[in-house]
Amino acid sequence: MAMTIHVDIVSAEGAIHSGLAEMVYAPAVMGELGIAPRHTPLVTQLKAGEVRVDEGDGKEMLHFFVSGGILEVQPHVVTILADTAIRAADLDEAAALEAKRRAEDALAGQQADFEHAKAQAELAEAAAQLRAIDKLRKTHG
Amino acid sequence: MAGAKEIRTKIASIKNTQKITSAMEMVAAAKMRKAQERKEATAPYAAKMKNVISHLSHAHPEYKHSFMIEREVKRVGYIVISSDRGLCGGLNNNLFRQLAREIKAQQESGVEVEFCTIGKKALGFFRRYGGRVMAEVTQLGDAARIEDLIGVVKVMLDAYENGKIDRIYIAYNQFVNTMTQNPTVEQLVPIAGEAEEELKHHWDYIYEPESKEVLDGLLTRYIESLAYQGVVENGACEQSARMVAMKSASDNAGELIDELQLIYNKARQAAITQEISEIVSGAAAV
Repeated sequence: MAMTIHVDIVSAEGAIHSGLAEMVYAPAVMGELGIAPRHTPLVTQLKAGEVRVDEGDGKEMLHFFVSGGILEVQPHVVTILADTAIRAADLDEAAALEAKRRAEDALAGQQADFEHAKAQAELAEAAAQLRAIDKLRKTHG
Repeated sequence: MAGAKEIRTKIASIKNTQKITSAMEMVAAAKMRKAQERKEATAPYAAKMKNVISHLSHAHPEYKHSFMIEREVKRVGYIVISSDRGLCGGLNNNLFRQLAREIKAQQESGVEVEFCTIGKKALGFFRRYGGRVMAEVTQLGDAARIEDLIGVVKVMLDAYENGKIDRIYIAYNQFVNTMTQNPTVEQLVPIAGEAEEELKHHWDYIYEPESKEVLDGLLTRYIESLAYQGVVENGACEQSARMVAMKSASDNAGELIDELQLIYNKARQAAITQEISEIVSGAAAV
């Protein structure tokens, strides 16, 4: 069998692929990369595109779509940390602004400082209620 | 037969409630299993990422990203993760209680606090008690996606980079097992300097593009993935807490029904006895 390198493709929401390959192709920001076994250590950002894994032995090429991410090559392992979301500086910015705006909307006309005493009192009350329910349950059960 | 009809209606209504709670229990049990699987699925990403980051910081000890530098703390940010829905026992309240204690300690030492909330209950909490909420996201649903969190995390990270806040914490429920959930407040940024294990093989990378840019992207994603893990873990906690709460609600309803049934039977019997004695005494009088 020809030389192989281990490939792991993971995203934040789960592992996508793990196995040996003869060649891995990935869409790096500077251009498409082909990684063969014994590639020198490398870290690069990926852009949206297709990651292809050639397992050799006449097996069919595996295709994975990534919307970006980071590719790391260690001497014997290729790790692709795939994004599941489409990322771009302005998109992220828009998401941040949206999150801020929602908070402002939700809390309009609201005093700024955290009222510790009030929170503590009501939380204690809720805890006491839960305890009372528990006790009731025990005496009845 | 005074009251018998009322008791019967009451029993019927409690039975209806019991049906609802036991249905909710089963739904929560099914969702819990999925939530746990989701939680386990997030582990490899964070682990791999940590691996890469520790390699990078070894390869470039001279370049310290701002996310790795401790500085004097004047103002801190909390990312508070809660559930969207209630009926899950003391889950959210326990977390808020822990958080309130921490906030108090911070305020007493003269540190200001700001918040970002994830989930409706956390937002409601700060709406009631005040507190500067910089950003929020709700309605993540059962299968939260990482893109829903990007905005909230970015608001915090931007504030950190601009020097508005000097430390970021994350508050969520840690899943221990079905019966136990631990309210947890952890430091997120600066990335806690864990004892970095000695790396046997040590190499430098080729960076494409600049190492700084790559590390930036990597650290942002790492922090997002930690926040995401918190959300997923809190989701598993929510479902198991709800399952337990609904189970005890169904049990309680069952007990109530038994009690009421007994009262109903007694009332019925008393009414019959009374009727008989009335008839007998009526016949005797004739």
